[in-house]
Amino acid sequence: MTLAAALKTRDVTQLPGKRDEDWRWTDLRGLVRALPEPSEPFAGEPPRGPFADLAGLPIHVVNASDPVVIRAKSAEPYVVALHFAALGGGSHAATARIEVAENARLILLESYEGDAEAYVADHALSITLAPGASLERVVLAADGELGINVSTAQVTLSAGARYAQTVLTDGGRRQRIETRVTHPGAGADLRLDGAYLLADKRHADQTTEVLHQGVGGTTAQLTKGVVRDQSRGVFQGRIVVEEGADQTDARMRHQALILSDQAEVDARPELLIFADDVSCAHGNTIGALDDEALFYMRQRGIPEPQARALLMAAFVGEVIERIEHAPAREIARAWVAQRLEV
Amino acid sequence: MLHIENLHAQVGGKDIIKGLTLDVPAGEVHAIMGPNGAGKSTLSYVLTGRSGYEVTEGSATLDGEDLLALAPNERAAKGLFLSFQYPLEIPGVPALTFLRTALNAQRKARGEAEVSAPEFLKLVRIKAGELKIDFEMLKRPLNVGFSGGEKKRMEILQMAILSPRFLILDETDSGLDIDALKIVSEGVNAVRSPDRAMLVITHYQRLLDYIKPDRVHVLAAGRIVASGGPELALQLEAEGYDKYARAA
Repeated sequence: MTLAAALKTRDVTQLPGKRDEDWRWTDLRGLVRALPEPSEPFAGEPPRGPFADLAGLPIHVVNASDPVVIRAKSAEPYVVALHFAALGGGSHAATARIEVAENARLILLESYEGDAEAYVADHALSITLAPGASLERVVLAADGELGINVSTAQVTLSAGARYAQTVLTDGGRRQRIETRVTHPGAGADLRLDGAYLLADKRHADQTTEVLHQGVGGTTAQLTKGVVRDQSRGVFQGRIVVEEGADQTDARMRHQALILSDQAEVDARPELLIFADDVSCAHGNTIGALDDEALFYMRQRGIPEPQARALLMAAFVGEVIERIEHAPAREIARAWVAQRLEV
Repeated sequence: MLHIENLHAQVGGKDIIKGLTLDVPAGEVHAIMGPNGAGKSTLSYVLTGRSGYEVTEGSATLDGEDLLALAPNERAAKGLFLSFQYPLEIPGVPALTFLRTALNAQRKARGEAEVSAPEFLKLVRIKAGELKIDFEMLKRPLNVGFSGGEKKRMEILQMAILSPRFLILDETDSGLDIDALKIVSEGVNAVRSPDRAMLVITHYQRLLDYIKPDRVHVLAAGRIVASGGPELALQLEAEGYDKYARAA
């Protein structure tokens, strides 16, 4: 059951929903009664997206197009901005293949935008890192209020590869950014971070799965969420350490702030360990802004909305600080600050 | 300056301040002493507007302006500053960012121009130096992982930067060793001036050796039960609060 299959067959019974364990909090089957018509091809000037100015190669995809193929071959970092836009409603499915050659480096600055129309968009990315390759992926997902967007990245790492990811989202009608990583161990290093900043009735789902299949791999994961109004954040993180994947070091942390009685966070952090000699930990905390800290800040003259925004930005800041590409980090920081303004 | 008239306040439905009247004129330092549970910290929170502290009767004005009608940040912009007994940790917000945000928010509320970054840094370097605070520490999140003494010094630094007109020091001596107490007291004394006033809340007389009060008041069971000159503090130190607790 996938959105891609449903779009291909135009059969809503193919949509994932409550009965699929991994989709129970992001129910598409129950939401979409009929799939919209395929999106019209887009004629005008494509939107540039937030990262276009940073890239040697900006790529724009509006309402899907021919498959995108990106190959990085140089040890000099190659910066690509990949912008997906959903404009004018309808449904579409886009695909991209990203290959990083042996010892090559790629900075992939990926973004999503949608307009005010209702749309259903599927994005399937296949990302492969050859031995010793390095990829930092930063995702800014800004979907429309009526937009349904599912983006799934299938990541395959090789020995000694390094993959670092930061996914920042402000949700949509239904939005899911999913990352599945095959991790060979063998000195490969993985960082999987994210933050969701939700207001109104928006929904965001960050789902990850990491399969540690060999000896000596590391994974560090940090996801933070801020939910307000009637929004809903979903975090599903699964790390599987398969039999024989000894000396795996895997750490997962999820922290969320719930700032309204009607907002909701559903979190499922899972560590499934089938090897003996591993070091794994996970933590999950959900709370509210600290009233005492807020009063302290107000006593110093900071108005309450500004004090709240400062505390929220500081909370999410830990994720932003881990972005290594400095110009992208500053764009991400501004993107977050804008979404936390009151 | 500060005028409190027949103030009554509740916390969680329980009467804590029960008819407190107090005048602190400009230029003076008044100490409030009293046993545990007398309402000393409650008074500081009522004056600064913490939620959950409900005034049921009476008034509190600063230079004739009704404090109780203002939000906490508005009271701060009017020049009211509380040095907390237990300063809060603000994770993720560097002390410098916090201070500059607070200073500019107050200035904005007063219709003054923002302080530029170079001006601000110059001011902070001078004041931090006087308080023997390592400038590097100010790049760290405010109070996170700071010792008790460092937190109190940070309170005084904030006071020096924000330059309030009326100061409330709530048990500022607690958690300080004698060297830190001297530094903090010098910081407080440095801001004494004819157009400022302060209320020093303390359990022990020790702090008053360093910050000399003009008047001393005894707070017991929510009311001022005795007032006098600095000699009253010495008398309390010798005799304890017992007779006041009984009188109340």
